[in-house]
Amino acid sequence: MDIIGLKTNDGTRKRKDTETGAVPRLELRGMTKIYPSVIANDSIDIKVASGEIHAVLGENGAGKSTLMKAIYGIVKPDRGEILWEGEHIDIINPAHARKLGIGMVFQHFSLFETLTVVENIALGMENQNDMEKLSKRITQVSEKYGLPLDPERLVHSLPVGLRQRVEIVRCLIQKPKLLIMDEPTSVLTPQAVWKMFETLRKLSEEGCSILYISHKLYEIKELCHKATIIRDGKVTGYANPADETPSSLARMMIGKELPVCSQDKPDINGQKCLEISRLSKKKADQFGTDLNNISLTINSGEILGIAGISGNGQRELTNAVIGEWLSEKPEDIMICGNPAGNLDPGERRKLGLGFVPEERLGRGVVPGMNLLYNYLLTAHRHNLINWGLILFKKTSDFAKKCITSFDVKCGSIDDQITSLSGGNIQKFITGREILQEPKLLFVSQPTWGVDVGAANVIRQSIIDLRNQGTAVMVVSEDLDELFEICDRLVVIAGGHVSPCLNVEDTTKEEIGLWMNGMFPGGPAESLN
Amino acid sequence: MGVKLLFKVEPRPVPLKKMRYLSPLIAAVMMLFSGLIIFSMLGKNPAIAFHAFFIEPVNDFYGLGELIIKASPLMLIGVGLAIGFRANIWNIGAEGQLAMGAVFGGGIALYFNESTSGFVLPAMFIAGAVGGMLWASIPAFLKTRFNANEILVSLMLNYVAILFLSLLIHGPWKDPQGYGFPQSILFSDSALLPVLIEGTRLHAGVIISFAAIGVGWIFLLRSFLGYQLQVSGLAINAASYAGFKYKKMIWIGLLAGGLAAGLAGVSEIAGPIGQLLPSVSPGYGFAAIIVAYVGRLHPGGIFLSSLLMALLYLGGESGQMNLDLPSAVTGIFQGMLLFYLLAADFLINFRFRWKSIPLRQGI
Repeated sequence: MDIIGLKTNDGTRKRKDTETGAVPRLELRGMTKIYPSVIANDSIDIKVASGEIHAVLGENGAGKSTLMKAIYGIVKPDRGEILWEGEHIDIINPAHARKLGIGMVFQHFSLFETLTVVENIALGMENQNDMEKLSKRITQVSEKYGLPLDPERLVHSLPVGLRQRVEIVRCLIQKPKLLIMDEPTSVLTPQAVWKMFETLRKLSEEGCSILYISHKLYEIKELCHKATIIRDGKVTGYANPADETPSSLARMMIGKELPVCSQDKPDINGQKCLEISRLSKKKADQFGTDLNNISLTINSGEILGIAGISGNGQRELTNAVIGEWLSEKPEDIMICGNPAGNLDPGERRKLGLGFVPEERLGRGVVPGMNLLYNYLLTAHRHNLINWGLILFKKTSDFAKKCITSFDVKCGSIDDQITSLSGGNIQKFITGREILQEPKLLFVSQPTWGVDVGAANVIRQSIIDLRNQGTAVMVVSEDLDELFEICDRLVVIAGGHVSPCLNVEDTTKEEIGLWMNGMFPGGPAESLN
Repeated sequence: MGVKLLFKVEPRPVPLKKMRYLSPLIAAVMMLFSGLIIFSMLGKNPAIAFHAFFIEPVNDFYGLGELIIKASPLMLIGVGLAIGFRANIWNIGAEGQLAMGAVFGGGIALYFNESTSGFVLPAMFIAGAVGGMLWASIPAFLKTRFNANEILVSLMLNYVAILFLSLLIHGPWKDPQGYGFPQSILFSDSALLPVLIEGTRLHAGVIISFAAIGVGWIFLLRSFLGYQLQVSGLAINAASYAGFKYKKMIWIGLLAGGLAAGLAGVSEIAGPIGQLLPSVSPGYGFAAIIVAYVGRLHPGGIFLSSLLMALLYLGGESGQMNLDLPSAVTGIFQGMLLFYLLAADFLINFRFRWKSIPLRQGI
């Protein structure tokens, strides 16, 4: 299709569309959404036939989610038309969208944790009072599509994968004609992904159209019939995924080949930089996870990955390592040979710990401060304070070094940190921690929500740091990422940590099984 | 097809940085303007009222001295409060901490009434500082220990402190030769601050206030502790991520206000008042909150806003004497100033947009 032609006025093009014959289930014409500082969608045209699995492919921040929210009636587009089965419509709100037969599974779930599955599903429906009947429907629908679900379970007791299932079943029960799925696989194991694909194919055979949003190229090649590729809010191409290669899709998505990290691992005689022995900790709130008898070691010059579905104890383990949670026994956690279990975050940093947190704004950096002050946040230990006063010249030299060495795109160090994109903020935080020459770096979700270019810079800088002899611990939900950068892997499931595996000796499938707790000594075993 | 008129409040993409510093000025101008309207509604000639309110009090040397005397406690307390405010620690108890400073400092003055030693005055200031900080340490302790809200605790302690001062003046510290009036004896010369400039009442206490501006400037803008306070105020999670101790911030934030208010209390009784009275402050502790905000929690700004606020006090007095205005007029001006400041700040960060959205396009 001719992309330039798409930008012409709506009126002139209308007749042409009818030439293709069958009326598409959904058609978007010239969808435009302008936010005060950014054009999220710029004249986007998409056509989805009935029973078609249509991929919307784009980087983080390309505008995919905004577009989907416009279809679901959450965001009001500034310009553009929506045609539903050939009819012009304004989708006023999500209830209206559901009435039309549009269902959406969000990246972030909207479930009440203290209610049961059936109660949660009843909440989203109109005139649904008969819980028993609904329970039966849920069991019926969930089994039909291979997504078994117990309607009476409380949502907070469900792992993330099952919570997503609740969201999907919630849509399916309304017999949708169009199902929107926003990055659905980010919380699933490889096995669960294949299973979900089967469900989606079955739906498609029954005539349900699916809009599948993702940035994972192989998933789209595997599953989707058609693809629309978006970059910076504009359509950069339409494709038939089966005919494309990952690299040709990548070129449309980011304008160049997918970058790859270089390894070049030197031989380093490892010393123990972090040793956790038999750490157990009760959860802090009812939605947390107990840590069960966790032991692991990280040596200098290696990257240890912690795989797992989120909500399985990653947050608790992170807090225990960085010192937001103190343990009673100092020997539980040894940092570079020093008992550190009872030390606060500041004292652990003095022992050589660096930390890149999962939440960036508000934790990794201070919104409302410029880059210079944000550099000082953790880097002050690097002799940037004298007699209690800040050494501005020295701080600014370091901050500038951080910006250039880690390719942080910004105007100057006087810029507000919030004026940077998510990827640049993450490069800045990672760079700040690395420039302090930590002996042990803890990185939580290094590239979550970060664009491909920035993700590559971050991964490469973690590898380079390892090559200089630093011990690195990476918590991530992205298995591809863990397999790309890690030397060894452990899996965390239900607050248990699996035995350690060398990355060369394992497969994503094995790790996927372990993510469900099926490892020696894991929670799946202890149930028997 | 139809057109719906909407207006909505939306954040400005890039709030103008210089507007942050202009907004106090805008607020001051709006306050003056509204003031003139109020004067006209009261049947006063706005030009004459304006002159009486804002020019007359400061058109001679003596008046300027009075302006600085009034501004002195405001800038001192304002800087002290700003230290806590930057860390989102809301000390609303400066009025009570000032009264406690006066009790402690005044106690020294009364006890050493016979002494002519040069150490009496420094001892009064030290005692006053201790008194103010002790009073501020109550909310600090309750917040760090039991997570009690410091706003409520410090606010309520104001009344305790003021009534405690009153109790002393009506009881043990009452001047026996005072014809039953609730007041202490006049302090001896050794307990009084020297006058700096002949022909005015400008006393040496203002030196402390000016010094506080300088020290506060360095502390808030150059020191690492000041930085930590600001980080705690802007993003508490970032502060704990960096390893800053929030409890320490609470103590520093509250004690700084208590210290400043205690010193201001001694300055008042050893300066313009010269004895202990049931009321040693016309609400400086509260007005200093406005001073700190109008001054953008920046010592330079606080210096300027304290002068403006002092002028409102003097203007209010002059208005009462020359124009028969009610005494509430000072409070009205203070309130308007804060109101316009908050409004201006809101409009810097947000904007109203009127727009017409065609409900459907292309048909």
